Amino acid sequence: MTAPSKIVADPSQAAAAPLLEVENLHVDFISRAGRTPAVRDVSFGLAPGEVLCILGESGSGKSVTLRALMRLLPQGRSEIRGQVRFQGEDVLKMPRRALNMLRGARISMIFQEPMTALDPVFTIGDQIAETVIRHTGASREKAMARALELLELVRIPSAERRLKAYPHELSGGLRQRAMIAVSLSCYPQLLLADEPTTALDATVQIQILILLKQLQQDLGMGTIFVTHDLGVAAQIADKIAVMYAGRVVEYGSAEEVLLNPSHPYARGMLASTVSGQPRDRDIAAIPGSPPDMRNLPAGCAFAPRCAFATDLCHRSEPGLTQRGAFGHVSCHHVHRLDPPAPAGASVTTL
Amino acid sequence: MSEMTTNPSLAVPAPGEDVPRGERRSYWGNVRERLRHDPVTLFFMAVIVAAVGTAVLAPWVAPHDPYATSMLARLRPIGTEGHILGTDELGRDMLSRLIWGARTSLLMGILPVVIAVAVGGLLGVIAGFMGGAVNMIVMRTMDVFYAFPSVLLAVAISGTLGGGMGSGLLALTLVFIPSLCRIAETAASQIRSLDFVDAARASGAPVHSIILTHVVGNVLPPVLIYASSLISVSILLAAGLSFLGLGVSPPTADWGQMLSSLRQGIYMQPLVCALPGLAILIVSLSFNLVSDGLRQAMDIKA
Repeated sequence: MTAPSKIVADPSQAAAAPLLEVENLHVDFISRAGRTPAVRDVSFGLAPGEVLCILGESGSGKSVTLRALMRLLPQGRSEIRGQVRFQGEDVLKMPRRALNMLRGARISMIFQEPMTALDPVFTIGDQIAETVIRHTGASREKAMARALELLELVRIPSAERRLKAYPHELSGGLRQRAMIAVSLSCYPQLLLADEPTTALDATVQIQILILLKQLQQDLGMGTIFVTHDLGVAAQIADKIAVMYAGRVVEYGSAEEVLLNPSHPYARGMLASTVSGQPRDRDIAAIPGSPPDMRNLPAGCAFAPRCAFATDLCHRSEPGLTQRGAFGHVSCHHVHRLDPPAPAGASVTTL
Repeated sequence: MSEMTTNPSLAVPAPGEDVPRGERRSYWGNVRERLRHDPVTLFFMAVIVAAVGTAVLAPWVAPHDPYATSMLARLRPIGTEGHILGTDELGRDMLSRLIWGARTSLLMGILPVVIAVAVGGLLGVIAGFMGGAVNMIVMRTMDVFYAFPSVLLAVAISGTLGGGMGSGLLALTLVFIPSLCRIAETAASQIRSLDFVDAARASGAPVHSIILTHVVGNVLPPVLIYASSLISVSILLAAGLSFLGLGVSPPTADWGQMLSSLRQGIYMQPLVCALPGLAILIVSLSFNLVSDGLRQAMDIKA
């Protein structure tokens, strides 16, 4: 195994060696009723130490994308196609043993629900030590000492006492911190966070977000952060991918996407934020509802809700139009659309 | 996999001696603490310990040879000199026979449950965790056993295999497997869909270690609690089998068997004849109450 932490530590090499490249990722769920696409032709890249936010509403395929990167979807009931290259290795073609060595050591994941993501019958210390022992072969004592160190790293007060606590004895915020400690146990190069703040109180959300941002910078982890919260994305993202109906409709640097969105869906989403809007008016909402994934329209999936939709949009699905240095937009009318409404600018104040 | 040790900033300090001890207890420490405040459970635990102790120490504790018959001293009442609990229909000392009988009765009560926990629990965990076709095959097989009342099933199995302790044990084990399997399956299939199993997979745990730690760890408490309540059922069923002549064969001392053979004397010495029944009652009641107490003590969320 290489010494990947070195790569992360040296930013000059970052551009040369991407941490993660995802190309044409497709995920289908297979049931008796048939095949349902959940993720369609998703591509993005991540350099070491970079933060990518995947934005989208429920059911847009963002969590599924995240799980597909680690092959965590149920086997037999799902099919993953495309390429996921992590430090040059194809994760999707990896044998099981190699995959298990990768998971938890070089890539790890934080789950949405700290209530259910920790095993109720083991102490916090045991759960951290489990991963440490598995990947480093350390003795139990050393692993416990490491667990303590990790609990201090995620700033859990009186960490020594919490080491022997069961998950139900901790508050939601502390539990999520413990979950983060578990996922950091081997100092991964890539951290996947699946809406890690959604299940928490608003005040705790911010604390956890600040903690994650700080840890991400201190440890130089590449991070993919799935969220439906624009404010969160504005806070931490370097890059943003906006997903709709299983596709990335807009992908680019955080600045580009938030300040200057091109896709009508991204624009609509940004226009519907609370902040910066007059208080006495209703929030601008995108009319209609997301499509049924079992029954996608023939053309652009967003066309039925789109103010700019033409016949072309209903007939054929748009390809990807290059945007900025690396990003892309999936819309037939990118070039025709007006410069975006100033609504996007308000997001940065979040 | 030496990333941890090669990086100096991640060096692991020696385990702190300053960690306050005893401030937090382990899971089993908690269970013990809760049991300490439950005198009823403690009392009946003592009864069980006493019963098991006497059974183990039978050769040294029993005042007489449990097989020594005396035609002159048949069916003596309780309190007879030399035979505190009287004698049975062949003049054998009741106390000695009850003590020796505890050996077979407790063995017949505990062993089938232990084997059934291992077999049924394993099948249930596999069925519940794997789901799909495996679940289907295992659980539908178990359903076949459910089609018969448990007593009838035990009688039918040991009847088919012929009497004797071995077939009795086998019959009881087979009777208990389906229900234990079902409990394990329910618990395991609930766990399968919880995030911590995904979290374990995401941290690189192979399937077998997920099953051994997370699934078994979560399935064990409900299975153990149910199993402890099965012990009394097992003792009763074993006694029933012996009573019907399908379990332990005479002259081996066994509470059920004693009850059966003492039937003839019931009009002459009703109290003596009731003794094996009383022993069964006390022991199975104790197991039931201890099982209840354990359930309360082992519920970590209480």
